[in-house]
Amino acid sequence: MSLLLERTLTGAGMWSGVVSRGKRLRLTDIEGGANVGMLLYNALERHERYNMPDTLKGQHIFYLRAPYCLHSDMGRLLASITEDTVGWHDTVCGHSNAAGVLAKYGDHDYQHARNEWYRNARDCFLIELAKWGLGKKDLVPNLNWFSKVVADEAGKLSFVPGHSKAGAVVELRFEIDTLVVLNTCQHPFDPDPEYRSHPVKLEILEGDAPALDDPSLTIRPENLRAWENNETYHALRF
Amino acid sequence: MTESTLDPANASYRHVIPAGDWWVHEIKRGETLRILDLEGNQAADTLFYSAADPTDRYSADGTIQAQQALYLTTGTKLMSTEGNVLLEITADTCGRHDTLGGACSRESNTMRYAHDKECMHACRDSFIRGAQEWKVELTKRDIACNINFFMNVPVSPEGGLTFADGISAPGRYVEMKAAMDVVCLISNCPQLNNPCNGWNPTPVEVLIF
Ligand SMILES: [Zn+2]
Repeated sequence: MSLLLERTLTGAGMWSGVVSRGKRLRLTDIEGGANVGMLLYNALERHERYNMPDTLKGQHIFYLRAPYCLHSDMGRLLASITEDTVGWHDTVCGHSNAAGVLAKYGDHDYQHARNEWYRNARDCFLIELAKWGLGKKDLVPNLNWFSKVVADEAGKLSFVPGHSKAGAVVELRFEIDTLVVLNTCQHPFDPDPEYRSHPVKLEILEGDAPALDDPSLTIRPENLRAWENNETYHALRF
Repeated sequence: MTESTLDPANASYRHVIPAGDWWVHEIKRGETLRILDLEGNQAADTLFYSAADPTDRYSADGTIQAQQALYLTTGTKLMSTEGNVLLEITADTCGRHDTLGGACSRESNTMRYAHDKECMHACRDSFIRGAQEWKVELTKRDIACNINFFMNVPVSPEGGLTFADGISAPGRYVEMKAAMDVVCLISNCPQLNNPCNGWNPTPVEVLIF
């Protein structure tokens, strides 16, 4: 698969872009311990967006791994997880905000910290969303790639430190033209008392739409029905 | 389980939301909202907004993050997207409520059940109508992840997620006190494809004290 774009995101890096159907987005946790907060929207109908509840209840899961899919709020698939060396990614705990980062890591001014300035995921999301005409109304529960959070019987949550190792990879295949908005701020439950930005490599690769026997479509009948909804959407539109 | 000290005879407002219907109403700071499961195991899909600014609205992930817990019960602070406390649960005779499962929609019914389920009634349509009735400019963009009062969606330590049989029963209720002026939007779930409600949507009652 030919490489279309390669970037290394450092210091609470942000990125957004439209990735068309079939193309792959590959994220690599360069040093281990990274977190990538991500929101996804249908590139042409931006009110259609990633939906955490439909993704979880459509697949009877609490966390994400290959070959599960990312569902939109319109009964369709936005993307499928085609490769994953991590095995557990969070999508229920949300993202950091300015008050939380200040309380956890203290004040930190730009004049001294420069590009290691303490950023928060909410600000990063809002900055990138604004460039595509989106805003606060479009903030919904996001994905947190590379982060593992488990629940006990009572529903109490705990973050699993050291889950993602150096070189860990997750790759998505887009099933519809998708606006991707992401940042590399720490997970809100990361217990590290230090603010540490972890570098992440981002690659966009050429690729094709899946065959009907693709593991992402066969793992749950819900995924196949959502993919059929995608096919209808594409047949009517293009 | 925490019983309420409030007497329904003293409620300033009472309204029964029929099965499948929606309700939108303002709750002033300091007032208490009780949602009463009249016949048991009925999903009351609920959204809250700041009355002054609908972009500051209930946040499922923010609420989970603030509690570091998945289930809602007495003591849970219902958080907004701006990090404000909207309401706090002060009494609960059901024991746990869900905020992971979201609302049913006609579109997600085609994914979850079958393509020919598209013409069945669904919570998101009710939410959209209720939101528009409150403010004309509100659209689907303003409908985010909600609370499912009286629903049990347990997560296993291994990461499985199930829609378990209801743990509610006739007469169980949940009560929450408003920390700011909020607007409450309820879709009394019309879902006919899910065993949680025994395939039988029933009314819920709302009381304000
Ligand atoms: Zn419903």
